[in-house]
Amino acid sequence: MVNTQTVTPALARARRANLRRNAFYLALIAMGLVAPLAVYPVFLMKVLCFALFACAFNLLLGYAGLLSFGHAAFLATGGYVTGYLLSSYPALTPEMGIITGTVAAVALGVIFGALSIRRQGIYFAMVTLALAQLMFFFYIQAPFTGGEDGLHGVPRGQLFGIISLRSNLAMYYFVFAVFLLGFALIQRTIHSPFGQVLKAIRENEPRAVSLGYNVDAYKLVAFVISAGLAGLAGSTKTVVFQLASLTDAHWHMSGEVILMTLLGGVGTLFGPLAGAGLVVSLQHLLAQSPLGNWVSPILGLIFVVCVLSFRSGIVGEIQKMYRKNFK
Amino acid sequence: MTQEFILETHGLTKQFRGFTAVDDVNLQVREGHIHALIGPNGAGKTTVFNLLTKFLSPTRGEIHYRGKSITRMKANEIARMGLVRSFQISAVFGHMTALENVRVALQRPIGTSFHFWKSERTLEPLNVRALELLDEVGLRDDADVLTVEMPYGRKRALEVATTLAMEPTLMLLDEPTQGMGAEDVDRIVELIRRVAKGRTVLMVEHNLSVVSRLCDRITVLARGAVLAEGDYATVSADPRVREAYMGSEAEAEEVGA
Repeated sequence: MVNTQTVTPALARARRANLRRNAFYLALIAMGLVAPLAVYPVFLMKVLCFALFACAFNLLLGYAGLLSFGHAAFLATGGYVTGYLLSSYPALTPEMGIITGTVAAVALGVIFGALSIRRQGIYFAMVTLALAQLMFFFYIQAPFTGGEDGLHGVPRGQLFGIISLRSNLAMYYFVFAVFLLGFALIQRTIHSPFGQVLKAIRENEPRAVSLGYNVDAYKLVAFVISAGLAGLAGSTKTVVFQLASLTDAHWHMSGEVILMTLLGGVGTLFGPLAGAGLVVSLQHLLAQSPLGNWVSPILGLIFVVCVLSFRSGIVGEIQKMYRKNFK
Repeated sequence: MTQEFILETHGLTKQFRGFTAVDDVNLQVREGHIHALIGPNGAGKTTVFNLLTKFLSPTRGEIHYRGKSITRMKANEIARMGLVRSFQISAVFGHMTALENVRVALQRPIGTSFHFWKSERTLEPLNVRALELLDEVGLRDDADVLTVEMPYGRKRALEVATTLAMEPTLMLLDEPTQGMGAEDVDRIVELIRRVAKGRTVLMVEHNLSVVSRLCDRITVLARGAVLAEGDYATVSADPRVREAYMGSEAEAEEVGA
């Protein structure tokens, strides 16, 4: 249906790049499929859950230019709703629990977004932080969260009522599928008509207004998608670890996702994945070493080094090098 | 039936914490004219401009576009009515290609701008029109160039192409030749003359030679109020205008030296 006259050389180039990219994706998917044979699946699942969380955050910061300091609230909301439902209603299948948790996070995203989206920059960050803290204290008090103890022993159950998720391998492939789904949605969002407007708003907001766009509405949609995916990550994590706790609601978590995204490379598709992999691995390795109590300072130090010397993050720097050497 | 005045203001006033930046301005822009808003630094031109384009709300007064009040409308709403502005510093989307810049302006009316589940390839049918618009401003060969990599003059031309994509009835240009070399200024003057055919243009402009070459009617602002109005000959002969300008230019030179 595409008029051939409108296919410019750059477009043709872009399509070739697309082909290369698809090959790269397939290779990554293949790696993801064989990874649990070499690496402990629970560790991989943790990486994937946090990677999805960071990807959701990156959609907002990297592609809409909005720095949220309250994303823990969505992660926790997904987790708590899913955990509570699966614990209380054993007949409920895990995917139903996850879907409901995600929907809850979307709903919370609409409320938070509506309250914060008109604010700019640091004010936006502060409003989201304040709202997330509100949720944190709500979750301490609320009867269904188990307060300081959290929810333990959430049953993994049977996927679609037929596939038992008790084995870590089965669970892993489910989490992998969820991650791919979330990742694909983000990829599509960025390269959609909506993504074009979002990019325009990030590049020059007054100009986007002067072209007739109601920019707040576009930011709100991006915020809600991001909140929903963060909720999906939280819900899935709860099923994996059979646990929902206050750790997920704490502002540390909002900070950690910023750290992961910036380390990996904000505004790059794979940055959050790399960042989440790095942070989770470090936490895992350091926890087993004599430096166990020094996890936070060491991560902080890495963060400082990152901000001072390679600002585009791991993936961002690799892309820069690639562009320099191959173009 | 065309109305005589496409844009009118009545008693337009803007105060910032007690400081009156724009004071009781009655402006009338005739359909089909190129109308300039000039005045020494600090005269309130940019404030008037931002009021007209709804980037600021007036403290008092009314703005009418084609006989209808737009005083309480939002900036993006009046843009959809064909009242489209440009910016002092070239307003382009830096990390998008020239083609994408224009296409963003074209895509809103087709109604898929919230569709985050569709491929951006669904926008490709708009490329034909986008390329036509780029051609109109002499940028067809730059269609795939990332805008940040373009020289300043081309960015301004791209901005005009993007504005044209909105099919504006009234174009509001904020200092279109600001910061340009003489050669680029000539090119932009020609471009404005060309795109102004069949449209109305209101521009804020510092460069008086540009104003004299282009504009049918000129409103001179000083200290937030209208000082004089008329064609270039009338306005430039007005002793009050000369005084306001000379005064400020002498000051400007002193500051510059």
